[in-house]
Amino acid sequence: MIKIKDLQARVEEKEILKGINLDIKPGQVHAIMGPNGSGKSTLSSVIAGRDDYEVTGGSIDFEGEDLLDLAPEERAHKGIFLSFQYPVEIPGVTVSNFVKTAINETRKARGEDPMEAREMLGKMREKTALLEMDKSYLSRSLNEGFSGGEKKRNEIFQMAMLEPKLAILDETDSGLDIDALRIVANGVNKLRSEENAVVVITHYQRLLDHIKPDFVHVLFNGKIVKSGGAELAHELEEKGYDWIKAENA
Amino acid sequence: MIDLAQDLLSSFVVAEPELNGSNNLGVVSMRKAALDRFEAQGFPTTKDEEWKYTNLKPVLKQDYKILLKAEAAVTFPQIKPFLLSDLDTYKLVFINGKYSSWLSDTTHVGFDVCTFAAALNKYPDIIANYLGKAAPEGSSFVDLNTAFADDGAFIRVKANKTVDKPIEVLYLTTDENGAAFSQVRNLIIAEQNAEVQILERHQNIGEAASFTNFVSEVYAARDSRVSYYKVQNDSNLATLVDNTHVKQESQSNVHVGTYTFGGKLVRNNLHFYAGGEHAESHMDGVTIIDDGQTVDHHTLVDHQEPNCYSRELYKGIYLGKSHGIFNGKVMVRQKAQKTNAFQQNDNILLSDKAKVDTKPQLEIFADDVRCSHGCTIGQLDKNALFYLRSRGIPKREAEGLMTYAFASDALEYVKIPQLEKRLNALIAEKLGINLEFAL
Repeated sequence: MIKIKDLQARVEEKEILKGINLDIKPGQVHAIMGPNGSGKSTLSSVIAGRDDYEVTGGSIDFEGEDLLDLAPEERAHKGIFLSFQYPVEIPGVTVSNFVKTAINETRKARGEDPMEAREMLGKMREKTALLEMDKSYLSRSLNEGFSGGEKKRNEIFQMAMLEPKLAILDETDSGLDIDALRIVANGVNKLRSEENAVVVITHYQRLLDHIKPDFVHVLFNGKIVKSGGAELAHELEEKGYDWIKAENA
Repeated sequence: MIDLAQDLLSSFVVAEPELNGSNNLGVVSMRKAALDRFEAQGFPTTKDEEWKYTNLKPVLKQDYKILLKAEAAVTFPQIKPFLLSDLDTYKLVFINGKYSSWLSDTTHVGFDVCTFAAALNKYPDIIANYLGKAAPEGSSFVDLNTAFADDGAFIRVKANKTVDKPIEVLYLTTDENGAAFSQVRNLIIAEQNAEVQILERHQNIGEAASFTNFVSEVYAARDSRVSYYKVQNDSNLATLVDNTHVKQESQSNVHVGTYTFGGKLVRNNLHFYAGGEHAESHMDGVTIIDDGQTVDHHTLVDHQEPNCYSRELYKGIYLGKSHGIFNGKVMVRQKAQKTNAFQQNDNILLSDKAKVDTKPQLEIFADDVRCSHGCTIGQLDKNALFYLRSRGIPKREAEGLMTYAFASDALEYVKIPQLEKRLNALIAEKLGINLEFAL
């Protein structure tokens, strides 16, 4: 689905990604772990198309297409979704209006008709229920005054509405209590299928207890220094990142 | 080239005997005194502190026709786009400053929705009691308007009455006189515990330059409620100077919303005089302008009595080479203890050629008051923009949505849903976006 080859990126003069290689196939869940400052969020931002980062080398191929040439909205139209670590508050735009606009702009870009109002409403009801959100969320201003947990749930709600092929969850577990974590993870698991893939970016192992990864990669100093199965996450949890740091010093 | 001020002074001699109310000696002497003050003062220049950022010279250079033809051949289909067609309203339509009876829908049942000309002829007592009592003498444009005051809207709501539907006033300027200088005078009176909603729209059509010098006096008696919405959507050929002066008694509640989407030069002088305890004064507005347009909001709220509340929220969005000016003065007199005054002016520059001058001005002579003010000038938040785009909303639409969201809290007090819809459509049109807003 997505093939990342020798990806290098920097912000201003600082090299952050120093040659990332990653191959993700439909149906898979990949976890990317690593200490703070290792480049995890940069990787997700570069995939989603944030222009604060300059890609200095390598390539990202998404279903046979060069992703790096595309604007963020075009990447979204192809089916890439990034759940933000810090979702942005946008006063004056309601959740439902925003989601409706996002869905219909995506459909427009794909040459499809706008979604029928009734279908939209039904889908919103279904997905709010899945994430155990009160319907009143829909008429609130996007993320404005939301608690940390509400923001993250709202991200997964949008993911559920947009049905992406590749979902990248950037530190979705941060700021969540145990109940919210379970609800969010449950939501993500319900959305998994043979056709889509999920990348879970996290510092800790606890989200991976709920969303079982097929592969775990350890990112350190802008490179993937170790890859393995789900057991690697446990090993990291036990030993901490010092072990990785020592090996790569 | 004829000097416009000179031209106006000499036109007065011809115009004066023909003006409505010329048999009313009080009105006649008022006009003459006003003209004398105008003659002494002339038009303001940038040396005048109040006109520092707005240079009138280029628009005053134009040769305007002053004595305009009485009626223009305008048909209903031509004005329909400027009215709220999905809403039943009383209508007053003025074309080049002259009343058009066949395009209007007036009433005298329970309240007067008619013309200033009719009031001049029919209600000398009301004219004597109210005309010129809110708009200050000595203001050049007000004096000029008073000298020529002939027609406009006259709205009087008697005590304890609520006008059953909104009153729509359209001021249309056409090009049949060539470049035209028109003056309109409104008199709006809400008696004790009366309620009224007024929406007015200034619109020029055609290819000629126009200059409208507009004065609206609003009197809000005790416990009255007035909502007054102004839509200003002229083309780059039009200049509008709107002088709106609101006099409030105790416990009255007046909201003036000003929505400006166009005009070569628009100057709004909006003054509130809160002359009774527990009066509430609300003024807010959205300005979205583009290349070659200047909009200047000069507001004043004068707190004269204790325990009053004022709220002022102006949002500006500037595209292309446009220029915005905001000058908000809050005066709290010594007697006006426990005043609560809020003022905020926020601006977004969507182009690096756009310019904004903003100046809050507080003059406080009482010691137990709550006054807050602030102003911001900025660009759209990059993070928020990326967030929207990452969800599939294209750049232009994302900018539009954010700009819309930025403006939306200044629309909060619009109580007529059809007007809100119309304003949303105008905003979307002005921003060149096509979004269905279901807020």
